[in-house]
Amino acid sequence: MIEEKFAFGNSFIHRLDPKARIIAVIILSFAAALCDNLNIAILYFIVSIVFIGLAKLNVKDVFKRIKPVFWFLLMLWILLPITFEGEIIYKFYWLEISTEGIIMCCKITIKSITILLFFTSLVATMNIASLGNGLHKLYVSDKMIFLLLMSYRYIAVIEDEYKRLLRAAKFRGFKPKTNVHSYKTFAYLAGMLFVRASLRAQRVHQAMLCRGFNKKFYTLDVYESDRSNFIFLIGVFITLATLVVLELYQGLFFGN
Amino acid sequence: MHISEGVLSGQVLSAGAVIAVTGTAMGLKKIDYDQIVHVAILASAFFVASLIHINIGPAGVHLILNGILGLLLGFAAIPAILTALLLQSIFFQYGGLTALGVNVVIMAAPAVLVHYLFLPFLGRSSKLTFWAGFFAGLFSILFSCLLLGFALWFTDKHFFETSLAIIITYIPIMIIEGIITGFCVSFLLKVYPEIIPKKP
Repeated sequence: MIEEKFAFGNSFIHRLDPKARIIAVIILSFAAALCDNLNIAILYFIVSIVFIGLAKLNVKDVFKRIKPVFWFLLMLWILLPITFEGEIIYKFYWLEISTEGIIMCCKITIKSITILLFFTSLVATMNIASLGNGLHKLYVSDKMIFLLLMSYRYIAVIEDEYKRLLRAAKFRGFKPKTNVHSYKTFAYLAGMLFVRASLRAQRVHQAMLCRGFNKKFYTLDVYESDRSNFIFLIGVFITLATLVVLELYQGLFFGN
Repeated sequence: MHISEGVLSGQVLSAGAVIAVTGTAMGLKKIDYDQIVHVAILASAFFVASLIHINIGPAGVHLILNGILGLLLGFAAIPAILTALLLQSIFFQYGGLTALGVNVVIMAAPAVLVHYLFLPFLGRSSKLTFWAGFFAGLFSILFSCLLLGFALWFTDKHFFETSLAIIITYIPIMIIEGIITGFCVSFLLKVYPEIIPKKP
């Protein structure tokens, strides 16, 4: 279920320090989210595609990865133009399609894909241990990082438990339907998942104490702080500053 | 239940981020190192349980189960939900980074609320336990929907009808989450009552 398809690679982005990548993804995503101009949003989109190129990611895989968003966007394109109030450009019986709704849809589509591409190119290209390492260097609380690393570690294990429970139910002739019996079975299944998770947590905690756990995780990944990180961040800042200035003075460039 | 990227306004995003960070800090303060493994593995269980696919007629939905997590963890549910959502966005790209704060608030605030509203009723009688669980599940989704609606409405007043449409489509899910939470809580009390925290 969990694949870190992009986490291992050999590209400029993969070699960067996680810390630099986290800083870059935060400022780029927020700048893109706050952008309120369709033309500028397209420029952000182009920047995000450049990042995907820099990380040398397989375009097909990236497309597959952001597929769930297209379902959301499809729903948006169906719902928003008819429910958004504004100037009506097309009327079909009681259905009224508004210009504002369509512009809003375009903006949301481009912005959401852009932010996801930033996330894919900068964060999905590191494994969770490196992410923890980067967050630690950025002074995120140790407990939070512990939670993240620990949950990540046990998702696959708990998923196996879930599959085993489901298999056992199927062997006993369980077929999911729309009735109370099915819901009850799934409820017990979810409950059993929580019980097993809790019991496992006790065992893991005891095992950690036995091995001298002293409330600290040590990282084995060492990233050299060479000049490429610095140059990368400066590049990101310059791009951002240009885009923000463009948006502030958009009238001069786009004439609206 | 997610708000996608690129929808919300800057004010709503930053308000969401600030509330999420404060809530997470409060939640982390309540967890000491003896419990942290427990919270972490329950967060993984929450992550996996949210992949459970159930049928409603011809359609299928995923469980959310933030109600149960809230009942089991109280304030600690906030960092647990943050962890689960962050991992979801890393693995499945459901959400990205900017809407993470708002999404955490949408999922975690109702979880904490139902903890304090319904935990005192658990274990009194089997009927009462089921109904307390039922309403915990129902209200956690209802409150989440309302928060989601507010987030959209604060972004743009034109989103009013959209928010209403979302809330209406979630009504069947509220009822199913209620039924599942009710059964699940009754099951937990029977099988492993230690997992239910003492009354707040």
